[in-house]
Amino acid sequence: MSRLIRKMLLAALICASSASLSAQELSGDNTRSLDGQVQEIKSDVLSIASELSNLEERLLFPSNTQISLFVSVADNEDFRLDALQVEIDGQLATHHIYSFQELGALQKGGVQRVYTGNIVTGEHQLRITMMGKLGNGDDFNASDSFVFAKGVKPKALGVTLAGPGSGASGIQVGDW
Amino acid sequence: MRRTSLIATGLLLTAYLVATPVSGEELKDLHFGEALFHAHQGQFFEALERLDTEVRQHDGVDEPERDTLYFHINDAEFSLGDFELRYRMHHRAGRAIKAVLEGAVDELVRNDAAYRLARIHFQKNQMGDAMQALQRIEGNIPAAIKDDIEFLRANIHLADGRPAAAAEVLQGLQDSQAFTGYAAYNLGIAYLQDGQRQAAIEQLDRAGQVSSDDPSVLAIRDKSNLVLGTILLEEGNYAGAIPYLNRVRLDGPFSNQALLSTGWASMSTDNIERAVVPWKILAARETTDRATQEAMLALPYAYGKLDVYGRAAISYGHALDSFGAEVDKLNVSIESIREGKFLEALIREEIRKDKDWVIRLRSLPETPETYYLMELLASHDFQTGLQNYLDLADLRRKLQTWQANFDSFDEMADIRRDHYEPLLPDIDTEFRELDSRMRLRIEQHKMLVRRRDDLLTTPRPEFLATREEQQLLRRLELLEAQLRGGQSLLATTAKQRLKRLRGLLTWTLETEYHERLTEFDLNLRNLDEAMAVLEQEYDEYVRSRQAASHSYVGYQKPIKRMRAQVREAAGKIELLMTRQGHLLEVTAIEELVARRSHLENYGDKARFALADSYDRATQAQARVDE
Repeated sequence: MSRLIRKMLLAALICASSASLSAQELSGDNTRSLDGQVQEIKSDVLSIASELSNLEERLLFPSNTQISLFVSVADNEDFRLDALQVEIDGQLATHHIYSFQELGALQKGGVQRVYTGNIVTGEHQLRITMMGKLGNGDDFNASDSFVFAKGVKPKALGVTLAGPGSGASGIQVGDW
Repeated sequence: MRRTSLIATGLLLTAYLVATPVSGEELKDLHFGEALFHAHQGQFFEALERLDTEVRQHDGVDEPERDTLYFHINDAEFSLGDFELRYRMHHRAGRAIKAVLEGAVDELVRNDAAYRLARIHFQKNQMGDAMQALQRIEGNIPAAIKDDIEFLRANIHLADGRPAAAAEVLQGLQDSQAFTGYAAYNLGIAYLQDGQRQAAIEQLDRAGQVSSDDPSVLAIRDKSNLVLGTILLEEGNYAGAIPYLNRVRLDGPFSNQALLSTGWASMSTDNIERAVVPWKILAARETTDRATQEAMLALPYAYGKLDVYGRAAISYGHALDSFGAEVDKLNVSIESIREGKFLEALIREEIRKDKDWVIRLRSLPETPETYYLMELLASHDFQTGLQNYLDLADLRRKLQTWQANFDSFDEMADIRRDHYEPLLPDIDTEFRELDSRMRLRIEQHKMLVRRRDDLLTTPRPEFLATREEQQLLRRLELLEAQLRGGQSLLATTAKQRLKRLRGLLTWTLETEYHERLTEFDLNLRNLDEAMAVLEQEYDEYVRSRQAASHSYVGYQKPIKRMRAQVREAAGKIELLMTRQGHLLEVTAIEELVARRSHLENYGDKARFALADSYDRATQAQARVDE
């Protein structure tokens, strides 16, 4: 019996997945054919998504009233951003609590569209509040207010966040 | 950048691409940054949707250098291919990267693109095309991918059955930090495939001693030792195999196989007591593992050889019970898959949020089938099918949400129509009236501006006469005309009086001309400001009026068309999911049936060996009693 078992052992070592090979071989062609079709449907759905976004934007956020806020984290910042609150003209526009994945994405250079809404043309007051933790574990929060003008074109504002070490409030807002 | 899995295991090769975020550059395009935000979270559908739209818009602009994406276009096109590849859209990924290759780009960028294209072909098992793409690399190569290119080249040679060529390339990578362990192991495999047995043994020996604290390098080190031990076992060099098998860590992914082989190597050198030790450890491990199941038979076999028949019988009995329980578990699993529970478990979102979700499937009480499917789950074809199934499930969820959104959009447009349509006709009538009055005023304003400009070059005092003065002038002209032919004394006196009056008026107009012109200019400037405000309000009104119409007009057709598109796509997805799901279920059931048959075979052997051990134990007892 030892010879038989040893043969089984060696076969298992040389080709660890041999037991499932027949099933895979049988399904290999099917898998590849299906894979091609799945790629096609992904492409179709992506193009529907793109058209739908466009339609949504036109319907929900017409260009003359549209405002979008994008959030990024300054380079080389190691503070942990927990939450962000945005008020426009004293009204809460959005409040976002960050997951580790989102924070990681921001620290790697990603930019988050945190708010899209509608406002009338003219001057407006923007108030940003951020809450988080410093590298040493201390809590921190910072707020700052800004004035911006909304024209007839869609407005995009970029909010760059930095820890308290960066001076001032650590919140910068700029036009895009 | 950390490379973890571009490893050759014989002909089993995997490849992956690394996202190309903006490296050290200031981000100038928000939408590119937004795509990166999604990509860094593994949301490649969302990343692609945004970046694809952005790149297409950039391609369509007349002056691309004025578009913010212009500063990142190479990165963006690379990322597009990268995201497509990560979203398992190899066909499109290849096209995107080929576009970069064929564009007028820097040598470094072109070489990077050629490397990426080669990886795509490699992943699609198109080795000829992969090598052809690598051959396009020439001149300056980005330092970060120099070793990656050579490692890929070696893997292509290996996969294409050219181990000697692979070995030559891999020799140059032995000092590579990025491929510590992997290059050494693959070189050993290349020698082995090339028939250079001694060189393979020496190389695998070296690969089995690399020092690192990286878990993936430690795993490949274990694998080198296991393969080397196995080679020696196959050759009958049992004693030689043991030191290499002993090098494999007891808590690593290859420890079960190493323990099993160590036992057999000891057994084959008639060192039976030493075989018992690893098998005893192994027999107590996870019962679903193939090596563990084999050890459950091998251990009592060793006890038998040691003439400890009683213990052998107990162990065979234990193995028999265990195999029986596993067969029952497999039966339940097969039934569970047939009932569709396997696919239901796979698409549970809360499980997939965990990066080790495949492993966690094992802990779900309602998915016993996954106990036996770990190997299958790790195989390439099954993984492809599984990922496709999961992607399809995600797409189905999106389409369902969109379908519901269309109803809201329709309702929104209807509400706006109901609000605006009764108001707009009256507003339009009022506006038309206002519009004609405004146009008249605008024309009058233009005429006054022209007159002011004329007066600045050709003074005409009478143009600045007041209304009374103008009436007076007209009356004087009339009286002068009436008196033109009169010769009487009265007429002559009247003419002189008229002349004095005209002189007086002319004096006033001439002397006050500059003052009046200044005042006229000042008034006109004030009017300019008022006109600017008026025009601004007019434009605002026109925009608001257009916005009112645009808020509900022109949505019906696109919504209807998109509804149909979504419905059609949903139908296709349903069909594909059924086919893909069925394929997965059939493959999983085949695997489980094979494992069940294997266990039943083991069970038969255990039953026979159990009876034999009892007989021998009884005989031994009888001999003792005599």
